[in-house]
Amino acid sequence: MESLLLKNIDNPASAEIGEYRKTGGYQSLAKAVEMEPKQIVDEVKKAGLRGRGGAGFPVAMKWTFASADPKFPKYLLCNADEGEPGTFKDRPILEKNPHLLIEGMAISGHALKAEYGYIYLRGEYPAAKHILEKAIQQAYEENMLGSNILGKGIKFHLAVHQGAGAYICGEETALIESLEGDKGQPRIKPPFPVNVGVFSRPTVVNNVETLSNLPCIIGMGGEAYSKIGTPDCPGPKIFCISGHVEKPGVYELPMGTKLRDIIYTHCGGIKGGKKLKAVIPGGISTPVLPPDKIDCPMDFVNMPKHGSMLGSGAVIVMDDSVCMVRVCHRALRFFEHESCGKCTPCREGTGWLRAILGRIEEGEGMEGDIDMLLAVAANMLGKTFCPLGDGAASVVQNFIRYFRPEFEEHIKARKCTVNG
Amino acid sequence: MFTSASIKELEKIRAKYPTSRAALLPAIYIAQREFGWLSPEAYEAVADILEVPKATVRGVATFYAMYKQRPIGRHLIQLCTNVSCMILGAEKLVDFLKNSYGIVPGGVSSDGRYSLVIMECIGACGTAPAMLVNDDFYEDLTEKYIAEILDKYK
Repeated sequence: MESLLLKNIDNPASAEIGEYRKTGGYQSLAKAVEMEPKQIVDEVKKAGLRGRGGAGFPVAMKWTFASADPKFPKYLLCNADEGEPGTFKDRPILEKNPHLLIEGMAISGHALKAEYGYIYLRGEYPAAKHILEKAIQQAYEENMLGSNILGKGIKFHLAVHQGAGAYICGEETALIESLEGDKGQPRIKPPFPVNVGVFSRPTVVNNVETLSNLPCIIGMGGEAYSKIGTPDCPGPKIFCISGHVEKPGVYELPMGTKLRDIIYTHCGGIKGGKKLKAVIPGGISTPVLPPDKIDCPMDFVNMPKHGSMLGSGAVIVMDDSVCMVRVCHRALRFFEHESCGKCTPCREGTGWLRAILGRIEEGEGMEGDIDMLLAVAANMLGKTFCPLGDGAASVVQNFIRYFRPEFEEHIKARKCTVNG
Repeated sequence: MFTSASIKELEKIRAKYPTSRAALLPAIYIAQREFGWLSPEAYEAVADILEVPKATVRGVATFYAMYKQRPIGRHLIQLCTNVSCMILGAEKLVDFLKNSYGIVPGGVSSDGRYSLVIMECIGACGTAPAMLVNDDFYEDLTEKYIAEILDKYK
């Protein structure tokens, strides 16, 4: 498949506006400014674009809600708080193809009649901040951003807002709180951000990869775009593969590519010819899969039918040297650290799960610990403000679902039974 | 008090937002850069310039992992140990830093040269294990490579 989102990233000057324009950059914006906002939303609807941040929500639907709200000004926020462990798909766009995102945001801004946009960039990407700020300045200079875009009287201003190391700010209402200068704690919904978002105004929050699809959709038309990928989840998808494969990295493939093909065809199989033990298919919050469950098409609709989720498309591959108790424990250390503390089931639950997993790993697990883990997880699931708590609970449930004997052996042997 | 250059920088940042409160996170970054860490003076400077109570500034700052509540070394090592890095040996690298440089997670080396912070995924999983030193990414780390890298940061 021809690369649409990662086009030109091998060119060392790909972040420069001149280079971007050489290969058709900003032509979609030129086309979009001649269109009515509603026409752009209709193209996105025809394209069937779903949000690439993890939830897979239909973009045109979110946009329609925000457009229907009579309040102005409206805001467009780009979620560049890529923090889901295993995920590094947005970083190449931010660092190597920033104008694709900027063009996508300018088109989206016009579609939403949003006059202001912010890119909420995670603090851990300092290089991307400088690259984006330079690219934004270039876009202003060439009239792709500002108060009179391409001389058509369209206004869209864009700035970068740097986060400071809180995973939770990837949740859209926490991101909004953080942008407003507060702790990044999620808000209760409703009201939804499309009605009451940042600065109490209608706000659309979309992921970097989502917004970067806009130039392609406007360029080729929603109808043609919808032929890429699967009918329910059209478009290209950036998969990022890490762990024990021969060729880890980012791969732009049609949505719906099978997990097995990603691992064995595109990434060259398991490193050193070792045996596959487990795959986390969509970032650490998505349910782990054993080797006999990887024949699933990677998209938002099919993955739940196969017991997991597409998430961010972050595939973590583990060979048989990896201890599942250890991975599960490490994941829960992460969730405990990143729990924002606002709601009790998550704040307390992540800590208890981490503590029990820790003692099992250290050879101090007790009989009944596995059932206790499942009881704590069940008391978190569906009872938290935001999906962080659900993620933590389902990680534990699924590691135990597929690897329960390994947990039992740890408790019985009072030590790690995988790595001695 | 901020330097006049920082005050100017902050004015520019403030102009990007409809409220001055929204400039709080960037202002804390500037304070951290200027004072080295979030000392009582740093908090005072942010509170004064944005007209936000000091307690609010502190409440917000302590929520975020990248704001430093203690003085740090001249160079900040941010090493990831999350799953993708862990399964490729990141925890051995934590031991290496401890044994060869005397730096423990959350601590500063005795000569004040390095601080070490353990990170929760820095988005370099395909080239794990990975770390940031100050603003620079280093990937595919080995003990030997870390020794070469750290040598550059005096």
